[in-house]
Amino acid sequence: MNKGRIWKYGDDVNTDVIFPGKYTYTLMPPAEMAKHALEDLDPQFAQKVKPGDVIVAGKNFGCGSSREQAAACLKYAGVQAVVARSFARIYFRNAINLGLPVLQCPEAVDKVETGDEMEIDFAEGKIITNKGTFKFPPLPESVIGILEAGGLIEYTKKKLAQK
Amino acid sequence: MGKTFSEKALGRKAGKEVQAGEVVTVSPDYILSHDNASAIIQEFKKLGIKNVRAPEKIVIVLDHIVPASEEKYAQNHKIIREFVAEQKIPNFYDINQGICHQVFTENGFALPGKLIVGSDSHTPSYGAFGAFAAGIGRTEAASVWATDEIWLRVPETIRIEIEGKLPRGVYAKDVILKIIGDGGADMADYKAVEFAGKAGKKFSLGSRFVLANMSAEMGAKNGYFEPDEVTLEWLKGRAKDEYEVIKSDPDAQYRSILKYDISDLVPQLACPHTVDNVKPVTEVEGKKFNQGVIGTCTNGRVEDLAVAARILKGRKVHPGVRVLVLPASWEVYREALKKGILAVIAESGCVILNPGCGPCLGAHEGIMAPGEVALSTSNRNFKGRMGSRDSEIYLASPATVAASSLEGKITDPRKYL
Repeated sequence: MNKGRIWKYGDDVNTDVIFPGKYTYTLMPPAEMAKHALEDLDPQFAQKVKPGDVIVAGKNFGCGSSREQAAACLKYAGVQAVVARSFARIYFRNAINLGLPVLQCPEAVDKVETGDEMEIDFAEGKIITNKGTFKFPPLPESVIGILEAGGLIEYTKKKLAQK
Repeated sequence: MGKTFSEKALGRKAGKEVQAGEVVTVSPDYILSHDNASAIIQEFKKLGIKNVRAPEKIVIVLDHIVPASEEKYAQNHKIIREFVAEQKIPNFYDINQGICHQVFTENGFALPGKLIVGSDSHTPSYGAFGAFAAGIGRTEAASVWATDEIWLRVPETIRIEIEGKLPRGVYAKDVILKIIGDGGADMADYKAVEFAGKAGKKFSLGSRFVLANMSAEMGAKNGYFEPDEVTLEWLKGRAKDEYEVIKSDPDAQYRSILKYDISDLVPQLACPHTVDNVKPVTEVEGKKFNQGVIGTCTNGRVEDLAVAARILKGRKVHPGVRVLVLPASWEVYREALKKGILAVIAESGCVILNPGCGPCLGAHEGIMAPGEVALSTSNRNFKGRMGSRDSEIYLASPATVAASSLEGKITDPRKYL
C-alpha cells in the first residue's frame, strides 16, 4: 500500500473540468490524457501529481458527461483512488470499469486537507491519514470482481473465454 | 406491494420479480453510441473477439462534431464507418441526420418498456416515451457489444407530480430548472425519476423530452413518463419493433414524492457554473451576453424553434450578440423550413447551423473566448464547457434566449409573448 498525497476539491466536480470536451472525441494516448487531467479545475494538478496521490472531493464527484476519459485521465496521472462524499453514477461505473477505485467516505472528506497523506487498506476497508483512520463501506459485490480483474475489459475477456 | 416502472421493466428483462436495490444482469434492447463509437471500437478490439454479439441492437449516430472540423475528427468518423460496414451494423446514421437522441427517437427506437443503454449521459431522454434508458461509459459499451449483457442496480424512484397550468412565457425547461435548482445536482443520484401529475401528463412529447433529458442533471439513472395515447399515436409508423407499455402500480413504493404547482412559475435561469444554481430570470435581467444558442438535444425541436420565431418575427437580434440556431435533427430542420420558421429566424439575423451537437460541448461551431458569456438552451453550464475556462454559460428556455437576443442582455420573455 502506497502512501499518497491528498488533493482536495469541493462538491459537484464535473466531467468537463476533469477532462474538457474539446479533447473528448479523439483517440488520445494515456500519457497525453494524463496531461489534461483536471485542466479546467486546477491547472497545477497535472504538472505536480505523483503516482499514488489521492483525490478527495465533496458530493456528486464526476457529474455530467459519460466521458470515460474523466476517469481514465486520473488513473493515467497515477491517482491511486478517488475518495468522495458521493459519486455520480456513470462516473462510478466508468471508474470501476477502468480499475480506478472510487470510495465513498464522508468522514474522511470532512477531516483531511490538500497536502495531507493517505493510505488505503482495501482488504480492511480502511483509510489511514495523519488526521485519523476512517472506515469505508465495502464496494458492491458486482464491482469487486471487475476491480479484481483489473477492469471490465479483462473481466469480460475472462467471461468470454469461459463461454 | 406494488412495483414502480423501473422495478417492472428490469424485472421483466431479468425474468423474475425484482425490487429496488437488487442487481440484475440483463440484455438491453438497444445500445446507442455516437462519435465516441471509435473509442468503444478501440476497447472492443482489446477483447480478442471478432464480431459484436448482436449488430441489430447497435445504433450509432454521428452528431458531436459534424461535419468533421479537423482531420483528427475526420479520422474518428472514418474508423466508425469502416467498423459499421465490417460488422454489418444496420442502424448507422451519418452526419446528415442530427443529434443522436433526436434521431434515435424519430427512427422509432425509443419505445415503451424497452431497455436502452447509451454511451451518452443524456440517454435518459427516452424515458419521455416510457422506455428504461440509462447512460453508460465507453468500456462498458464495448463489453455490451461483446456480451449482449449488462449489470444494473434496480433504482429507487423519486416521483415528481406536476400540477397546475404553465403560465404564458413559461415552458418545460423552466419547470425542470426549477426542480433541479430546488433539489440540487445530486438529488436523484443512482435513482429513477418518474414525472407525473395532471400537468406533467399534458406536456407535449417534446416537453416530456426536456424533462427526461435533464433528469440526467439531477444525477438520475433514468427518467420516465407513463406513455399515453399521444405517445402511441406518435409511434405509429415509426416504431422499429413491437413494444409493451409498462406502468408503475398505483401502490408502488417511492423513495419520495415531490409536488410542484407550476401555475405561478416564472421563467428560470441556471447561472454559472452549475445546473442547480437556478434563479428567476427577473433577478438576472440586464446581464449582458455575447452568444445565444437555441437548439441541442434539450431544446432543438420544432416547438422550440417556433417559440423563438414567434418572438424574433419582424425584429433583429441585438448587434452586440451572435445567435446560433441548430435544429435537433434534419427532420426538424425540414419541418421548420416548410413551416416558415427558419425563414423568420434567418431574417432576424441568427446564424442557422447544421443539426448536431454544435457548440454545446465546446469542440467546434461557436467556441467562447475568455471573458465571454453564453446564454443557451442546452443542458449544461459547467465551467469551460463551451470554450474558454474563463467564459460563463447561462441556461434558459428558447423563449428566454430569443427575447434576450433581441436586447443583448438577459430579458424576461413574457413581455414578447
